[in-house]
Amino acid sequence: MAHTLVAEKHPLDELIRTDRMPHIWCPGCGIGIVMRCYAQAILESGIPVERHIIVSGIGCAARTPGYMNLDSYHTTHGRPIPFATGLKLVKPELTVTVFSGDGDLAAIGGNHLIHAARRNVDIKVICINNFNYGMTGGQVGPTTPVGARTTTTPYGNPEQPFNLPYLLAAAGANFVSRWTAIHARQVKEDILYAFRKPGFAFIEVLAPCPVGFGRSNNIDEGVEEMWLYRRRCVLAGRIPEETPWEALQVDLREERPIVVGRFVDGEHPVFRPVRLEDKLS
Amino acid sequence: MKSRAVLTGEHFMHGDHACTEGAIAAGCRFFAGYPITPSTEIAERMAQRLPEVDGVFIQMEDEIASILAIVGASAAGVRSMSATSGPGFSLMMENIGLAVMMEIPIVIVDVQRGSPSTGLPTLPGQADVMQARWGSHGDYGIAAYAPWSPQEMFDLTVLAFNVADRFRIPVMVMSDEVVGHMVERVVIPPEEQIPRWERKRPTVPPENGFRPFLAEDNDLVPPLAHAGEGYRVHFTGLTHDERGYPDMSAETHHRLVTRLVEKVRRNADTMIRYEGYSLEDARIVVISYGCTARSARRAVAQARAAGIPAGLLRLISLWPFPEKPLRELAPQTEAFIVAEMNLGQMICEVERYVAQPVIGVNHAGGAMIPPAPILDAIEEVATRGAYIGRRKASAG
Ligand code: SF4
Repeated sequence: MAHTLVAEKHPLDELIRTDRMPHIWCPGCGIGIVMRCYAQAILESGIPVERHIIVSGIGCAARTPGYMNLDSYHTTHGRPIPFATGLKLVKPELTVTVFSGDGDLAAIGGNHLIHAARRNVDIKVICINNFNYGMTGGQVGPTTPVGARTTTTPYGNPEQPFNLPYLLAAAGANFVSRWTAIHARQVKEDILYAFRKPGFAFIEVLAPCPVGFGRSNNIDEGVEEMWLYRRRCVLAGRIPEETPWEALQVDLREERPIVVGRFVDGEHPVFRPVRLEDKLS
Repeated sequence: MKSRAVLTGEHFMHGDHACTEGAIAAGCRFFAGYPITPSTEIAERMAQRLPEVDGVFIQMEDEIASILAIVGASAAGVRSMSATSGPGFSLMMENIGLAVMMEIPIVIVDVQRGSPSTGLPTLPGQADVMQARWGSHGDYGIAAYAPWSPQEMFDLTVLAFNVADRFRIPVMVMSDEVVGHMVERVVIPPEEQIPRWERKRPTVPPENGFRPFLAEDNDLVPPLAHAGEGYRVHFTGLTHDERGYPDMSAETHHRLVTRLVEKVRRNADTMIRYEGYSLEDARIVVISYGCTARSARRAVAQARAAGIPAGLLRLISLWPFPEKPLRELAPQTEAFIVAEMNLGQMICEVERYVAQPVIGVNHAGGAMIPPAPILDAIEEVATRGAYIGRRKASAG
């Protein structure tokens, strides 16, 4: 006789604010997958849950802290990185993760992003890149490909997008990787790895936004975008030695490979505030 | 070893440096800032002093980053401060609102200069005083103090931290270039005499359903749980309920914002500071603050020497506004004179509380208002005041 297995409790229950469900994300959205990876990484990290702090700015991805049963800070648009920096500098024993979107981190917060990478502050940044501003209804963002249609580029985007891994590598980040929402294992592994690795880590996750970006660019279903990732993603090595920057450009609408992988895994000195005993000894 | 945190003793000290010492004596252990004249000496001295007391100094990429960093550090439980001048203060405004909404205490020092825009970077102004009160968007309450001396740069910075922590609000020290760059005698008391008002902290263990934005006490201040203590609290700039969860209802919004405003109103007496000079029998009351109050005091002394019953009400707290002394003085006063280095800001606040004529002595900024124009205004009122008195007598 067949038995149905029903678990009383999911191992991640403790990390989710179940009283806040249902969440606000659309069907087919990729953010929830990445949140699950983050939660799984927390469980496996061995770091006590109360020492994990999550910080975000504004946008769909930035709602994640509200759903995580951690000390969570949902700050203003573009500003989670400096908030996280202040918090981490006074409480270095905490593991501080910024979980936000490309518009928040790379447009309005772009200056903070590159400066945190340059300083090599010991914070972890998970950037959900969905190529548009989802929450405000699908406007052009700093990662929207040239020619793509959004509600504020009805004739096609006239601007060059940011190539985030390349930007972060140039700014001096200690760890840079890119995956997509279909790479749940790799995303979880890299978050876990970043928790243990001192310094500034940037993990970009390409994620479907069927409602904001997909609809206007003929990728109507989240699952369609997942198939597209599966078909096109190729693994690449370090930048710039093995991976030319052009290869890191992403345009979902073109039949081109999407390059993913761990691009930077450096040993830059981690930012430490000045301590007088260091100076005197 | 003698504590390096409180430099007890008598000093001949620069205003901006006295502010730094006040902060460190108050227990400030995190400073994030961006250089801007005339506040830069605060950052420079912080960079030197904080490592001596195991604190953290960081120069951020701009003022927006600076204020976020101090809100983050304060959320982790450390007294935190930034210092800036007009243009930088404007950049901080959105996130002063964040600190209000999250109820995270911070201290911001604005050493005011001639403005608007880049204005006069090396010369004084007092034109950010309304921005201090209303610069962020929405309804809210804050506190702001205006030192008139390096001694008060020390004292009021200590007070600013205490008020911020006690009521979970941003508190501003609204200095100006004259006071910031002035060198005067500063007495720093012994460590045990530095007043310290603590943050209200949760009294229940984390597992007992702590509601981080539930204000059960009469003062409307909820206890503050810091990052990493196990309470697993959610802080958001969105409208939130007592659990900290976003709630987009008009009812929750009204309840939250009303409490944030009422929290400051209800505790205003604890925050308000002012000082009177020759007010007992004054018929003409000059109101002033910051460096301008130094000229006003001189003008009042000169008027008294000439037999005119003038007095000075010096505002030390600009916000909450000291309305009580004003209302008490009103019946005996023929006219109020408001001297300030702007084209009329706090004068509007004075006009809200008194029915008497209110005359402004103003300068757009860049130079102190000397005693003479204030004395002129006093003399003019004295003459016209006699006329008003006669008219009243004949009408009666
Ligand atoms: S708008 Fe896009 S990013 Fe936002 S929840 Fe919907 S699918 Fe996800």
